[in-house]
Amino acid sequence: MTAIPSPGAKKLGLVIDLDTCVGCHACAVNCKEWNTSGHSAPLPDFDAYQAKPQGVWFNRVHSYEAGEGRDSRTVYFPRSCLHCEEPACVTVCPTGASYKRAEDGIVLVNADTCIGCKLCSWACPYGAREFDEDAGVMKKCTLCIDRIYNTNLPEQDRVPACVSTCPAQARHFGDLGDPDSAVSRLVAERGGYGLMPELGYKPVNRYLPPRARAHHATPVETPAEPITNSFLRWIDRALSR
Amino acid sequence: MHPALSVILFTTASGAGYGMLFWLGLLAPLGLLPMEASFGLTASVLGLALITFGLLSSTAHLGHPERAWRAITQWRTSWLSREGVASLITYIPAVLFPLLWLMDGAPDGVAELLGFLTAAMAVVTVICTGMIYASLKPIRQWYHPLVMPFYLLASVFSGGACLAGVAMFWHASPMLAYATVVLAAITLVAKLAYWRSIDRGPVRGPGDAIGLTELGTVRMLDPPNTEDNYLMREMGYRIARKHAARLRVIAVALAFVVPIVLLPFIPPVAAVVALVGLLVERWLFFAEATHTVTLYYGRTA
Repeated sequence: MTAIPSPGAKKLGLVIDLDTCVGCHACAVNCKEWNTSGHSAPLPDFDAYQAKPQGVWFNRVHSYEAGEGRDSRTVYFPRSCLHCEEPACVTVCPTGASYKRAEDGIVLVNADTCIGCKLCSWACPYGAREFDEDAGVMKKCTLCIDRIYNTNLPEQDRVPACVSTCPAQARHFGDLGDPDSAVSRLVAERGGYGLMPELGYKPVNRYLPPRARAHHATPVETPAEPITNSFLRWIDRALSR
Repeated sequence: MHPALSVILFTTASGAGYGMLFWLGLLAPLGLLPMEASFGLTASVLGLALITFGLLSSTAHLGHPERAWRAITQWRTSWLSREGVASLITYIPAVLFPLLWLMDGAPDGVAELLGFLTAAMAVVTVICTGMIYASLKPIRQWYHPLVMPFYLLASVFSGGACLAGVAMFWHASPMLAYATVVLAAITLVAKLAYWRSIDRGPVRGPGDAIGLTELGTVRMLDPPNTEDNYLMREMGYRIARKHAARLRVIAVALAFVVPIVLLPFIPPVAAVVALVGLLVERWLFFAEATHTVTLYYGRTA
């Protein structure tokens, strides 16, 4: 059913630290690597070895520049499914292929009943859903459902692929429905926020904003007036080297 | 939004078809249309043909058309599903109505009831179609109070023109043609008001999408991928402003102005011109719609 189940206590999701993310794309690559043989496999590529390769990715890392001059900064922004509490992608689905799990809040697609009408991708403001043109069905982040509950994996590896691979430890996984969980405490501590709350989708994932920048750099010295004596100018150049 | 031909054909053709069935089911039992069963049959077949062509063309948009039957199951939450259910239910009275008319020789008795039922179901179906678009929050040009009413107006206007076109061959009174002229004017006003409203914004940028407007203006440095992807092909369609302005003029002329002039004289030609104009209008409805996901790609929407 595409009706959203009554909200459970458990809300599994990601917390992404925009302060420490270095934009290396490792999370996106490891996501592709795991999921192309995981729950929603494969993640097809088209013209993979041609001039214009394209493919389905569940996680994409955008790069932005924010602010002006000395206060400007680069922000790397990984974007994936936010596993919303009010996912319109689920309610618009005419077949029931899209669903939200009552037990942990994960939003999934049943590839066996999806008719590929693409309406769910239109209904998602965050671009979480990508159409698999090869299989004719919609695909999306599964929060690595085949890792987080996988008892064949060592316990420390039972986290989404993007979290396990992040070299900057900018990605955290946990239960955002539990106020005492490590991720919830991190969100409270760092002022974590959800994306575009005004749309009413109630995303579960949280982003931690970049920390305020400290300005300790000393201004570069500039000579008061040009040196006219050629010997002194040579001394100046030699010492400035 | 990418203007997919299958969806544009579907909403225009089936909209006109449901409009025809609406007028036929409403006016024939009231004795305001030609009473010959041959007229009822011809108009019904044409209306149902437009609808069926539209519905079949919409399945061309699907990745798995053979699973299309599954789309009738989620009517509790999905407007697309409701549209599917309503369109299928409409077939029942819409097919029985002209058959009973043919058997009884006049659209009265049970046929009268079936006519009214067809008219009501046609309206319900078109409302569902309009709501598919009007319920999508990420697209501000669609999540707009005029979208669903316009779908309904365009349907009864184009369907009225088509039915007046058919009725002419049975020497009907020009009343329906005149009513359609009035509807054309109302539909045109609704479209002009809609364009005026969407042109005003509000416009948001990447800063709103990543939630960091307090850092200052946010500009895109690099997209996540060097080439195109599904999101930008499906949701990132862009139309040059000068082309949009010209196409709006063409749409207004073909969908409304020319039909208003021609309807009292040669309704069949007016109907065909109106349908071509509405195809342009529907194409613009997609091409001018900007999706929130494009904000992440440095656009405004």
